[in-house]
Amino acid sequence: MIVGLAHYLSVAAILFTLGVFGIFLNRKNVIIILMSIELILLAVNINLVAFSTHLGDIVGQVYALLVLTVAAAEAAIGLAILVAYYRNRGSIAVEDINSMKG
Amino acid sequence: MTVAAIFFYLFAAMCVASAVMVVAARNPVHSVLFLILAFVNAAGLFVLMGAEFLAMILIVVYVGAVAVLFLFVVMMLDVDFAELRQGVLQYLPFGLLMGAIFLAELLFVVGAWTLGANLPLASPIPPIANVSNTEALGLVLYTKYVYFFEIAGLVLLVAMIGAIVLTLHHRERVRRQNIGEQVARTPATAVELRTVKPGQGLDA
Repeated sequence: MIVGLAHYLSVAAILFTLGVFGIFLNRKNVIIILMSIELILLAVNINLVAFSTHLGDIVGQVYALLVLTVAAAEAAIGLAILVAYYRNRGSIAVEDINSMKG
Repeated sequence: MTVAAIFFYLFAAMCVASAVMVVAARNPVHSVLFLILAFVNAAGLFVLMGAEFLAMILIVVYVGAVAVLFLFVVMMLDVDFAELRQGVLQYLPFGLLMGAIFLAELLFVVGAWTLGANLPLASPIPPIANVSNTEALGLVLYTKYVYFFEIAGLVLLVAMIGAIVLTLHHRERVRRQNIGEQVARTPATAVELRTVKPGQGLDA
């Protein structure tokens, strides 16, 4: 039983789907939505590293590093916006965020 | 079944199970803790694949920084999370349907697709006997992909400044020290001499 590329890709696919499912399920709670986005980015990273090590090409890991950086920055900015919003409105419910009428 | 396969299934099962709990947990603090567990298991998967440096970075960045940031925010905001969870059952069937379709599509892609032979490699990994994973990454990261590295640093800098600007707020009605005003004071502006007549006092 050799663990190959397809196994890792399957795990990444399941994680990605769980992230998307989490956004559907917890559409009122911004914090859980942000965590689901982190799960999605983790799945992308697993894909990149799996291809990188399977093909023997280091570029995938360089890209995974970049994705990691962007994910960390996105979490920081997202949570900062959340804190600023909570300070102004006293609530973080998604359906209340409609002042821009988008 | 080799040891590597056993560990792969262990890490993969734990990772998927904790990802399910991130989405399904009632308490957001539990969600954050399960997110940490998912990331630790993903780091285990990275080690199995042979990307040790990224595994360690994943633990340092996610478990050490991002998860703690989430934990801070969850505990700092006084939000009624039970109220936010209402209506979950209403979205559950639709979410399950979409998730099942999406997962089936992804697994079909993974199952039916094969890697082409003799793909050109941008920068091949040197043999692990000569160069470790960290060293191999460093060899290309600071030379061939130095602009990526710079951009990553710039993204982090902008994110840091942005987070500070967004959350910093000056409270009204708080007296602060104005150093410039203090230094600019001279005896002429600070001291006033009056001649006071005896028995009359001074009406200010």
